[in-house]
Amino acid sequence: MNYHKYSSKSGFSFSYVMLALVIVFLFIPLFVVVFFSFNSARGMQWDHASLIWYKRLIFESPSLWSAFRNSLIIALTSSVTATVLGSLAAIGIKWYRFHGRSYITTVSYLPMVLPEVIIGISMLIFFSAVKVRLGMFTIFAAHTTFNLPFVFMMVSARLDEFDYSTVEAARDLGANERQTLTKVIIPTIIPAVLSGFLMCITMSLEDFVITFFVSGPGSGTLPLYVYSMIRYGVSPVINALSFVMILGTMVIAFIFRKFLKTVAASS
Amino acid sequence: MKGVEVNVQRVSRSYGDFKALDDVSVTIKKGEFFSLLGPSGCGKTTLLRIIAGFDFPDSGSVEFDSKNILPLPPDKRQSNTVFQTYALFPHLTVYENIAFPLRLRHVDKETIDKKVLEYVRLVQLEDHIYKKPSMLSGGQKQRVAIARALINEPSVLLLDEPLSALDAKLRQNLLIELDQIHDKVGITFIYVTHDQSEALSVSDRIAVMNKGKVLQIGTPYEIYEAPSTRFVAQFIGETNSFPCTILSCEPYEEEYLMRVQVPALNGEVSVTDYKAQPVGTQMDFTVRPEKVRISSNPPRSTVKELNTFKGIVEEPVYSGFQSKFYVKLDNESSTLVKVFKQHTAFLEDGPDIEWKDTVYVSWTASDGYLVKDTAR
Repeated sequence: MNYHKYSSKSGFSFSYVMLALVIVFLFIPLFVVVFFSFNSARGMQWDHASLIWYKRLIFESPSLWSAFRNSLIIALTSSVTATVLGSLAAIGIKWYRFHGRSYITTVSYLPMVLPEVIIGISMLIFFSAVKVRLGMFTIFAAHTTFNLPFVFMMVSARLDEFDYSTVEAARDLGANERQTLTKVIIPTIIPAVLSGFLMCITMSLEDFVITFFVSGPGSGTLPLYVYSMIRYGVSPVINALSFVMILGTMVIAFIFRKFLKTVAASS
Repeated sequence: MKGVEVNVQRVSRSYGDFKALDDVSVTIKKGEFFSLLGPSGCGKTTLLRIIAGFDFPDSGSVEFDSKNILPLPPDKRQSNTVFQTYALFPHLTVYENIAFPLRLRHVDKETIDKKVLEYVRLVQLEDHIYKKPSMLSGGQKQRVAIARALINEPSVLLLDEPLSALDAKLRQNLLIELDQIHDKVGITFIYVTHDQSEALSVSDRIAVMNKGKVLQIGTPYEIYEAPSTRFVAQFIGETNSFPCTILSCEPYEEEYLMRVQVPALNGEVSVTDYKAQPVGTQMDFTVRPEKVRISSNPPRSTVKELNTFKGIVEEPVYSGFQSKFYVKLDNESSTLVKVFKQHTAFLEDGPDIEWKDTVYVSWTASDGYLVKDTAR
């Protein structure tokens, strides 16, 4: 009869206090944004409920949507590239012995630990040195670079548990190299690859600092656009946008969780 | 007899300066249960991997029924492997794991169903067909691996220490099952192990390996009763082994009776062997602990072939069906002699021998043997 072993009778335990603090600091700001997105007035004064800012957001913000489109294109392309390259790099480094292997491993973690400002500036210097015009391509390249170590890390971790003799077993049982890849290796590491991909998408969509340095005219992503809007005063359109994004993220996260669970359950 | 003859000729393999295999030749007969036995790092797994096609020799040849197989990749060889780590595909069920080789060959569904059930029955896993490997015990996993390796109907089954990750009791049972499966399918089994009792109990023949070389090939009986080198004698079972010098050699019945000087025993010993040794040869004298008798009184027999030494029980070890005694000889050598005494019927054992008792250890000339102390 010890079900309530860890809850104190007063209901005022340390863990409850922490829980309350987390909720206050993490979710109240979100709630405020959502709340004021339904305010008809511009400022922080509640007038009456209205959907005017949603109307503005959806029908009267073409440049916001073009920035959003840029963000999506870059997120998808850089995540796919980073996922493919990162997974292959992890496999290569784990299963093959070659000169400079540990060096490459260390270097590949650098983008993850270096301050973003430094990556941004160094990329800017690099691109201007080799005379590449700043634009969508440079953002894509930068995002691929900082996404890669995350995929690399997740797939490496999965490969640590991977029993290489299953590859030999597949070959032994009659699979050629291609069949071994598609029927054994990929099904085993796919959960790590997918979660790496999801992480890439998230980080690419939200990145501001690095993108700020390597973007050119007309290639601004959504975070850059939001920032430029704020510079001319906070528009409630941003509140509306925030709510849309919160909803969108929650739906995507939920679907992916479900999906990953089924994949994980089948592995 | 199904299966093929596996002929390994003069195979060598080095990793840098390390010689994993050094000029190894073995011929494994059709349908034989053949064991490669040796300590870790002796090259037995390397040899198995070369036969399977996961590794390649620097020189030498490997033939299945006089057909060179070295150019073939693993998927084109008539051999299948059971791995030490089971190597089951974690994302597939037991059924799918066993069906994997058949699905690769696009065998029709009905045939797959029939064959998988047949092999599932062979390894007694009928109740676990739709489980994932993660839900199985070690023994069950290894059964799946065995069924999966057999379903392709290979001519050779290669087993790489398949039981080493299992507990002792289960290992015994699975070993017996493995032997029964071998009798049923009748193909050539090559079994790699470092456990001498496994090898002795199921093999038709054993190759004892050490440091990349094959030291002796023979039946379990030959390997145990007539080891050719000191290493084989010490690796297989337990033994008392001392350097010695041949003093005399004369024909004795169908063998030869030799007197040898054993400095470690501070005395001379009689020993018979089917091979005569020239006087003055340096060899190793060996006698198995279970062949040594221990008694509180001097043994009555006065035949000259009986070797008797007096000593003190230094360490009695009771282990159920037998007792082990470490007897310190009562002379300047102070050598410890291992003696195993089987417990038989009550009262037939004679008086208990206890710690610090003075005892006599004895053995006949035919129970000891001589081994070369070179090539260890």
